[in-house]
Amino acid sequence: MEYILIIISAVFVNNIVLNQFLGVCPFLGVSNKISTAAGMSAAVVFVMTLATLITYLIQNYVLNPLNIGFMQTVTFILVIASLVQMVEIILKKISPALYQALGIFLPLITTNCAVLGVAIIVVTKEFTFSGTAAMLNLPQAIVYAASMALGFGLALIIFAGLREHMDLVGVPKPFRGVPIALITAGILALAFMGFSGIV
Amino acid sequence: MNKLSIITKGIIKENPIFVLVLGMCPTLGTTTSAFNGLGMGLATTFVLMLSNLVISLIAGLIPAKVRIPSFIVVIAVFVTVVQLIMQAYVPALYETLGLFIPLIVVNCIVLGRAEAFASKNRPLDSFLDGVGAGIGFTLGLTVLGAVRELLGSGAFFGWKILPGDAMLVFILAPGAFIALGYLMVLFNKIKKA
Repeated sequence: MEYILIIISAVFVNNIVLNQFLGVCPFLGVSNKISTAAGMSAAVVFVMTLATLITYLIQNYVLNPLNIGFMQTVTFILVIASLVQMVEIILKKISPALYQALGIFLPLITTNCAVLGVAIIVVTKEFTFSGTAAMLNLPQAIVYAASMALGFGLALIIFAGLREHMDLVGVPKPFRGVPIALITAGILALAFMGFSGIV
Repeated sequence: MNKLSIITKGIIKENPIFVLVLGMCPTLGTTTSAFNGLGMGLATTFVLMLSNLVISLIAGLIPAKVRIPSFIVVIAVFVTVVQLIMQAYVPALYETLGLFIPLIVVNCIVLGRAEAFASKNRPLDSFLDGVGAGIGFTLGLTVLGAVRELLGSGAFFGWKILPGDAMLVFILAPGAFIALGYLMVLFNKIKKA
């Protein structure tokens, strides 16, 4: 049951882009076409789940026992950067087709604050299930990270669909480009506010 | 390029928020009030100045291939310094800004200035470039924070100035996107005129 709660809460209610403001740069940057948006989403799902798994283990089995929690930021970003690099190399070797599809998005993910953000959230924030607040355990953390990434993909693909249509209409000059994209995102966020209170 | 123009170009001509559109996450996430925006801006400015200075000092020693990871480590060190300082002296602000303080590491402005300016210029110039970009970022955040606070809670830096109920939506997520969108429109319009 709590897994369903985690998924609904992460994908819809606390959507990572439209509610938590993480990963806004790629959200605005690669949302011009649905196909690129889908590629980016797949890459984020992959990296975010893997990165959260590793940083969760590091936090609980290295940083906490040694009492060096203040090293969290430095350690996590290094782990994510090297993980992305490694994923790139491995993909290139074992699955050139997948590398073709995701390759160009991987370097962008290192500076995607959503990945570092989710990694930090799962080890610092307490979640409340049926009245008791507790830290996430490992399976919950992984489900949470994957759902957050799915929420990112959902928002990105919807937004790319909207922007494809927007290219066809006449936008007043000062609004062109980023401003109209931001206002559209705001209206999309308003729609997502309708989910608040479900969980 | 003289020293003054290095600072001023970061404020209007290459404003990180309104012109370069970098660092959108903290811009939208922390500007629920003018004070929060100012706090976030100053924290980022601190990291920008010092990471620019150090990166320009060590840029010659780093092989080109491991450039980006090395820059990120330098930036992460200064972010940790900011985290510890803020936890000690302004714990309330640290709590409000929360996740966005460690996320300065992945703020595109900081890495962007390191890569585009600090790695190719002398230490003093790089430091001033950090100051300029920092001021531009802080100004942008404070203006957006002030607008959202005024519309969303009818106050300015915590002083209640508009009577009656305000539009709560401007404090919430959708208001952030919409307010920033319209501010950019205004900025474009003024720049053209």
